[in-house]
Amino acid sequence: MSGTPPSSVMTSSTTPNNYGDLVAQKRVIVACGTGGVGKTTVAAATAVAAAHGGRRAVVVTIDPAKRLADALGIDALDNTPTVIDGAWTGTLGAMMLDSKATFDDVVTRHATSKDQVEHIFSNRFYVNVSTELPGTQDYMAVEKLNELHFSGDWDLVVVDTPPTRDALAFFEAPKLLTRLLNNTIYKLLISPRPGVLRAVNRAAGGVVRRLSRVVGAEVVDDAIEFFQTFQGMEEGFKKRADETRALLASNDTAFVLVASPRSDTIAEALYFLNRLADADLSVHAVVINRMLAALSTSADEAARLQARLGASPLAGAAQALVDHVHASAGDEDRVSRIMAHVPNATLSRVPLLSSDVHDISALSDIAELLAQDPL
Amino acid sequence: MDPGQFFASSRILIVAGKGGVGKTATSASLALAAAQTGRNVLVVEVAGRLDSAPMFGVDPQGYDEHRVYKHSVDDHSVDNDSGRGRVRCRSITPDAALVDWLSNHGFARIVRRMSKSGLLEIVATATPGIKELLVLGQIKHLEQSRVADLIVVDAPAAGHALNFLKAPLAVHNTARTGVLRRQATEALEMLSDSERCRALLVTIAEETPIKELVETAFAIEDEVGLALGPVVVNGLLPSIEALDTSSELHVSDIGASESGLGAPEISDLVTAANFRRDRLSLQNDQLASLAQQLPLAQIRLPHLFTTSVGLTELKTLTESATASIEAIEQWAGS
Repeated sequence: MSGTPPSSVMTSSTTPNNYGDLVAQKRVIVACGTGGVGKTTVAAATAVAAAHGGRRAVVVTIDPAKRLADALGIDALDNTPTVIDGAWTGTLGAMMLDSKATFDDVVTRHATSKDQVEHIFSNRFYVNVSTELPGTQDYMAVEKLNELHFSGDWDLVVVDTPPTRDALAFFEAPKLLTRLLNNTIYKLLISPRPGVLRAVNRAAGGVVRRLSRVVGAEVVDDAIEFFQTFQGMEEGFKKRADETRALLASNDTAFVLVASPRSDTIAEALYFLNRLADADLSVHAVVINRMLAALSTSADEAARLQARLGASPLAGAAQALVDHVHASAGDEDRVSRIMAHVPNATLSRVPLLSSDVHDISALSDIAELLAQDPL
Repeated sequence: MDPGQFFASSRILIVAGKGGVGKTATSASLALAAAQTGRNVLVVEVAGRLDSAPMFGVDPQGYDEHRVYKHSVDDHSVDNDSGRGRVRCRSITPDAALVDWLSNHGFARIVRRMSKSGLLEIVATATPGIKELLVLGQIKHLEQSRVADLIVVDAPAAGHALNFLKAPLAVHNTARTGVLRRQATEALEMLSDSERCRALLVTIAEETPIKELVETAFAIEDEVGLALGPVVVNGLLPSIEALDTSSELHVSDIGASESGLGAPEISDLVTAANFRRDRLSLQNDQLASLAQQLPLAQIRLPHLFTTSVGLTELKTLTESATASIEAIEQWAGS
């Protein structure tokens, strides 16, 4: 794991007291969690909060809702940040990740010649790797994060992550290509040598011939050509993967788990945290999105009210109250279950809003809620 | 439309949608609704999560096929056929499908070593969609061996619904020769035959999931040739007849003295009423937007004010599903 002790993630020199501290101090914030919980919105609001605090902040989103993309001015993919004007003292940038274009940039950067670039771009195995391979989006989100961080143009880079069940996908992502490139069988195939290795090579060749028969010869040829064309670039990729891994594990980076209080997403969030814990990694902040407003009326009181107001003009309101209390019952217990796993993380609650978030002012409102003291 | 006829119109229903929209509960309720019409149903879970069985009130019993529900009819005079209805569950995971397939194609002895050395990963990368295709291949095998009247497939979540359904096409375009190409051709035949296979897309009434659903719907119809059944809109807040949704409720509208209510009670009533009103209005906008973008019948399932889905909740969903199906006039898709 690139030699960085995992404990550097767990222990931070200054323990942030609330989300506002993270926004003010960190250089990288990664919003993670399962899909459908408002990760993109939280990531965007985080960058808005930093811009309000006078920092130069950029948010990299994966797949924003159309009206949010419109509001952020990133409807068109061009893979570089767009600067958004607003009533803040800092700078706000936003971009939507284009995985393929980012991958092409990476290859161009590491290639030794123009010829090599052209060969790689026209190889079908590469096209598959850069567009279809599971994990490519994670990998390219990390690459983009690295690029923006080291460009020196931004104080804070906020990254939205692709929806995934596996918390470690993002950490492991930089190793995606090096893992492929380090494959033993292909190493043998592309560098035939005399002697002992030739026998091994023949055995490997046998497997490959049989594979050709079932998956198709051209598929295998494309793959072999890909590995041959990539020769000489492995070291560059490996170095970059180590560098990125070190950045993610450093004290400059904070991980924010976004969840909703519904029991199924809480279960997913707990699975997520357990996976992180297995790898000695931890999150710095938890954002519970889509919370229903906590009301003081209990379920019993609501039921009594409903019985009393049954025939009055308030009967409808009473039914709404019964449903509301019923739906939010247990929300706080579930939030506590999450926090028991991450006692050092800050907690923010964002209410379920009565309208969709699709303008800067709504994002600013959420930014304010995020930084509020949870107590 | 008669539910019996609905569930007899295709042998496979693929239930697809993004994560968090309640795909598994939708699959389970459709399976139960079909069992209530006397059909022998097999639910196939593809995500490897084993979430279906608990919804039928049964502990998950691993990945192999097991029965989770048997329909019993109290009144035999009403429907003498529906007593046959039952639901079984099983799981097919993409990783296991690839290993199985290679084992059956001459790699049985070395498939474990291929996995360890990373060669499996290279095979999967070289042929994007191979795992998903092989899952569909196993489903096709189940369909052809007639193990059930109806197979309900709980498709993978997240952004992968489309990848799953496009997998045969992707493999077909990559592999020009070999056994795999034949697999892809057969899977495409299955997907494009509406008597064998139909997709039901699931969403909730919110902007982003609806946007994704509409994109997915057009893509699978145009590119895969897969027939679409009705759209399932899950998690709908029921409207409240007695709630005035035309105007906002204010604290001052409620005379404390006459109603005998305390200030906190009034405040909570106002908050809950206005919140419900706003959410209902947002929901209606989204339903209208969906209907306008996608001219398909809708199966509407209610929001459950409970924390988890067990057999009681599943039956509530099933009632709504059946009622929605009865209200469908005809297939918009065929």
